[in-house]
Amino acid sequence: MEIERRELSLPGSYIDIVEGREVESLKESCQQPIPDSDSWLETELRRNVLLTTVDYVIDWARSRSVFPLMFGLACCAFEMIATAASRFDIARFGMDIFRWSPRQADLMIVAGTITWKMAPAVKLVYEQMAEPKWVIAMGACAISGGTFRESYSVVPGLNRIVPVDVYVPGCPPRPEGLIHGIRLIHQKISRDTIKKV
Amino acid sequence: MTVVLDYEAVARRLSEEFPGSVMESGKSGIVVKSERLRELAGFLRDSSEFEFDYLANLTAVDYLDYFEVVYHLVSLTNNHSLALKVRCTDRDKPVVPSVVDVWRAADFQEREVYDLMGIVFEGHPNLKRLFLWEGFIGHPLRKDYL
Amino acid sequence: MALKTEPFILNVGPQHPSTHGVFRMRVTLDGEVVVDVEPVIGYLHRGIEKLAESRTYTQVIPLTDRLDYLASMTNNFGYVLAVEKLAGIKVPERAEHLRVIMAELMRISSHLMAVGFFLNDLGAMMTPVLYMWREREKIMDLFEMVCGQRLTYNYMRVGGVSHDIPEEFLPALGRFVGEMPRFIDEYEQLLSQNEILLARTKGVGILPRATAINIAASGPVLRASGVKWDIRKADPYSIYERFDFEVPVGMAGDCYDRYWVRIQEMRQSVRIIEQAVNQLPRGEICIKLPKPFRLPSGEVYGHIEAPKGELGFYLVSDNSIAPYRFHVRPPTLINLTALRDMVVGWKIADLIVIFGSIDVCLGEIDR
Repeated sequence: MEIERRELSLPGSYIDIVEGREVESLKESCQQPIPDSDSWLETELRRNVLLTTVDYVIDWARSRSVFPLMFGLACCAFEMIATAASRFDIARFGMDIFRWSPRQADLMIVAGTITWKMAPAVKLVYEQMAEPKWVIAMGACAISGGTFRESYSVVPGLNRIVPVDVYVPGCPPRPEGLIHGIRLIHQKISRDTIKKV
Repeated sequence: MTVVLDYEAVARRLSEEFPGSVMESGKSGIVVKSERLRELAGFLRDSSEFEFDYLANLTAVDYLDYFEVVYHLVSLTNNHSLALKVRCTDRDKPVVPSVVDVWRAADFQEREVYDLMGIVFEGHPNLKRLFLWEGFIGHPLRKDYL
Repeated sequence: MALKTEPFILNVGPQHPSTHGVFRMRVTLDGEVVVDVEPVIGYLHRGIEKLAESRTYTQVIPLTDRLDYLASMTNNFGYVLAVEKLAGIKVPERAEHLRVIMAELMRISSHLMAVGFFLNDLGAMMTPVLYMWREREKIMDLFEMVCGQRLTYNYMRVGGVSHDIPEEFLPALGRFVGEMPRFIDEYEQLLSQNEILLARTKGVGILPRATAINIAASGPVLRASGVKWDIRKADPYSIYERFDFEVPVGMAGDCYDRYWVRIQEMRQSVRIIEQAVNQLPRGEICIKLPKPFRLPSGEVYGHIEAPKGELGFYLVSDNSIAPYRFHVRPPTLINLTALRDMVVGWKIADLIVIFGSIDVCLGEIDR
């Protein structure tokens, strides 16, 4: 059987131009930060009487087995891996396996500096995650740009691109700090309700 | 100990082989004319007294009147080193010949200098932006980029 | 009827499980065989070189920490050596010994990570990583005792180091150095004769000696190809000529040799630390510099042997408080030029293994 070999139909440089246009358009549209949702911090929470026990059970189940998505970009990624290693185990909180595919994850931990070139990829991964989903911004660079804020290619904060739930400060934060941030996510989940207002 | 070669002696030797190619030999490197760069590079790599087979560093500096491309060369067999420089005075379209076919180490480093400073290396097979995205306007490492 | 085939481009995208960072490759595949590889980088480009032009010489030191974030001490070391070379400053003896101890501990830590994640790429999920992390946590505890930070240390200063060691440091270091050779023996026993490792890395991704020199590879990648070039021996900086150690050199230039060179370098680093601790003198740790600190006009290229290769700093100064031009010569960007040569003709599973054996760190490639 003869085999006819064809050439590549799309050169690599065309892909570069298309992606460059996508980065520029994302940069234009993300000049204002997305406001943080902090209504869960109120102490009085009005719940629907009929759904209280159902809410309680579902939130208990959700918060005890959150699957994190590994989105380590820079130095903070190694403190995130240290949190998952044997000394500061987060398997004891039910977050054993770090998922690589966003379709199977609930919690996106963005650790490291985000640049405008990487921003479309962050947004794409966030949109691929299924509801309900939460985002932790870990480290000074993800919170506000950190040491590199006045650089020409750094996004000044993750909340320009995706809405953030918990911010963990530090450069890099200690594993105990990240565990505290994860416990805050558990508290936020336990105040959730399945009734959509 | 890596011996830094005496720039005066090397400049005299290069002027014997390629007359008129050396512009000056200061205390921090030999400045050569950009048109003769390729043949000088080939001679420095292949001649037995120099044998500079290792291009340790390639970078560019923006002095406000001119751009200067700096090459740090090392010889692994003889254990000596040399700094070579090329100047380029045109600010709108600076052009310097590429040394990729002499030392392949120059491949990514020349793309980086093109991306951040805007100096075009003629003869480079794949001169595209390396760090910044296609469509970024300007060259950030120039002194007039704010 | 003829069978038509067409090569296709596979995107090994910026977010992928090889944990080496945000690195992207556009791989052109013909079936399973790799025809072409194009690395696309710049996803972590933070503009460190431009930022350094508006900071003083001491404020640049935390910026250099974040270059190769797995080996922050050696980045600091290279930068302050370059500044001291231009200014002509002589550093006190105790500070020199402390710098060498920290740099060699950092080398052990970085090689542990490199070997651990190389085995992760081969498929041994996280088991070798967790074993090597056990030692790395001990090293991070030692660093935390000295300077208070676990990852980005900001420890060295122009003219010495910033903090002196507390009393509990030397006994803890002695315990670590005493038990480390036993742990390296444990890794070698588990890994070096493992049939899967041998079958997947022996003869895979060979980098010939002439190519390695032409592309200016450095570090374990160059030494595995048979070139005996280590800057600590060829162009000694600081006080390395007083120590007695060997430079391991591989023969074939394949992935197994790069792994083997890193394991042997860890043993040599333990030897250097023992000698440095025995010779540690008393004295001051940093000389007093004028504030604001200005460098004389001129330029300098200072290079050291970082765990990943030859890390060079090119500084141009015009007698002001900030550098005029600050350039970093990244070892891993230049080692990456070899990727295309090593990978073409192999299958896609080998691509990941070969890339893991180069041991990149994106913070340094992209700066």
